[in-house]
Amino acid sequence: MKTASKIFTGLMFLFLFAPIVILLVFSFNEAKSTSVFSGFSLRWYRELFRDTETLKTVRNTLVLAVCAAGVSTVMGTAAAVGIDRMRSKYLRSALDTVTNIPMINPDIITGISMMLMFVFAGRLFGFANSLSFSTLLIAHITFCLPYVILQVLPKLRQMDASLPEAAMDLGCTPWRAFWKVELPELLPGVVTGMIMAFTLSLDDFVISYFTTGTGFQTLPIRIYNMTKKTVTPKMYALATIIFFVILTLLLISNLTGRSDSQALNSAKREKKTKN
Amino acid sequence: MIKDTARRRSFVTGLVSAPYELWAVLFILVPLAFVAYYAFTDNDFRFTTDNITRFFTATSPVVNADGTLGQTHTYLLITWRSLKLAVISTVVCLLLGYPLAYFISRSSPRAQKTMMTLIMIPMWMNFLIRTYAWMTILWDKGILNHALGRLGLGPVHIIGTETAVVIGMVYDYLPYMILPVYSVMAKMDPKLLEAARDLGCAPTGVLRRVILPLSLPGVVNGVTMVLIPSISTFYISQKLGKGLFFLLGDAIEGQYTANNLHFAAAIAFILMVALLAAMAVMRRLTNKYTYGESAA
Repeated sequence: MKTASKIFTGLMFLFLFAPIVILLVFSFNEAKSTSVFSGFSLRWYRELFRDTETLKTVRNTLVLAVCAAGVSTVMGTAAAVGIDRMRSKYLRSALDTVTNIPMINPDIITGISMMLMFVFAGRLFGFANSLSFSTLLIAHITFCLPYVILQVLPKLRQMDASLPEAAMDLGCTPWRAFWKVELPELLPGVVTGMIMAFTLSLDDFVISYFTTGTGFQTLPIRIYNMTKKTVTPKMYALATIIFFVILTLLLISNLTGRSDSQALNSAKREKKTKN
Repeated sequence: MIKDTARRRSFVTGLVSAPYELWAVLFILVPLAFVAYYAFTDNDFRFTTDNITRFFTATSPVVNADGTLGQTHTYLLITWRSLKLAVISTVVCLLLGYPLAYFISRSSPRAQKTMMTLIMIPMWMNFLIRTYAWMTILWDKGILNHALGRLGLGPVHIIGTETAVVIGMVYDYLPYMILPVYSVMAKMDPKLLEAARDLGCAPTGVLRRVILPLSLPGVVNGVTMVLIPSISTFYISQKLGKGLFFLLGDAIEGQYTANNLHFAAAIAFILMVALLAAMAVMRRLTNKYTYGESAA
């Protein structure tokens, strides 16, 4: 049984990583083929860095992801604080349901629904080109918000409600109490939410496909348009670079995450001994 | 004084979530209303049910198995096919993901962390490129057939079949099954399993009476998270199915590209209503099942 489960686990990881290994290997292929390896070369990496159009879409994607993550983190954290304090149970559960909609709805419906509204609004106000960077940004903020809120809400619940009260009793303004007492407690949730928002925005194709105009292309849309024809290993080279960037980020976050929790644990221990 | 701060505070916090409330109404609820509005209007925005009727009645010619020409309900066939492929993919994801999540949750904490990170890495890579990479693996002259040829096995034709679409869906959405199932299993107290064994439960009994019921919420989450994207995908069917197998996502995307926004909205509306109904039924069933178990 033990070996059987190990073999099964191994096969599953082989399945999950097979296409990624293919990407890595064929990004170094000498020939244009993406199925026959003829020799090692960095040709496709050189071509990638000469492809200004693709590099521009990489920049677009990053700009969009930073804006979407920034706005949705601020608005989402504020929303979570508000939802947590909400007195009316009815209003609260209504808001919870609405927050869940973008996560449950298929991306294609979220995309289509926003596109319809933007097109309609564009007609109403007489814009020739109603889909643009701003519509794309609105769409990205919208589908990122629930993830931020759902990361921050549990932290609010874990937090001792008397902490900000104590701060205010001691003369803090509500704003200062939030800034000095609550926010540090919420920070792990806020940061996770922001990272999730950032990566979701980077990776989104379906919603962007419906809500962007002709003027602003993101990388996934560029890839989609390129895979309509045959793909050159140039795209694989790009995917390989993305893969290693992600891997590095994950390693860093794993390492710092460990030291964070260690610091927290030692701080807790110190507290206990002092008491 | 305390009351005063409390009141001031609730006023401030009420304001604090106001931007989000406004945003949610404007960009979540209003767009959904627009789906319904477009679905029930024609190009001049006059009320009509034609778009909905078209979905249920439109026909297109097909070649029957015996070579004669026949008619088929275009969108009902597409719906049936989407449902079939999505259900098959979900079942395969469950059959592969459930045991994997279990094995991971039973290994050392360090191994658990590493394996879960490994499962998440593919999710962070663009799914279009990953799906495209499967094309080069499964293609008639692709890597799989090269490998099979070396072993002296005949070439297999996969690209452009429903199997290829299912492989693509399983590959892309498997992590969505593993993550929720794993998170439930990792929280499961190992003492419960020990207790069941000590009290004379056979391994199959432990699985059926302890592990399965406890992991059910994770399974329900996983099933929804796989079923919904796979019923509405359009890229996977375009690439791995060579566009031969139109799914609901393809139908919506096709109507959008052809600028038939009202009919695209009608298909999206029907899909949305069907999914809502399915989820309501599923939630009711799982509630019944979990309560039944705990009562027994």
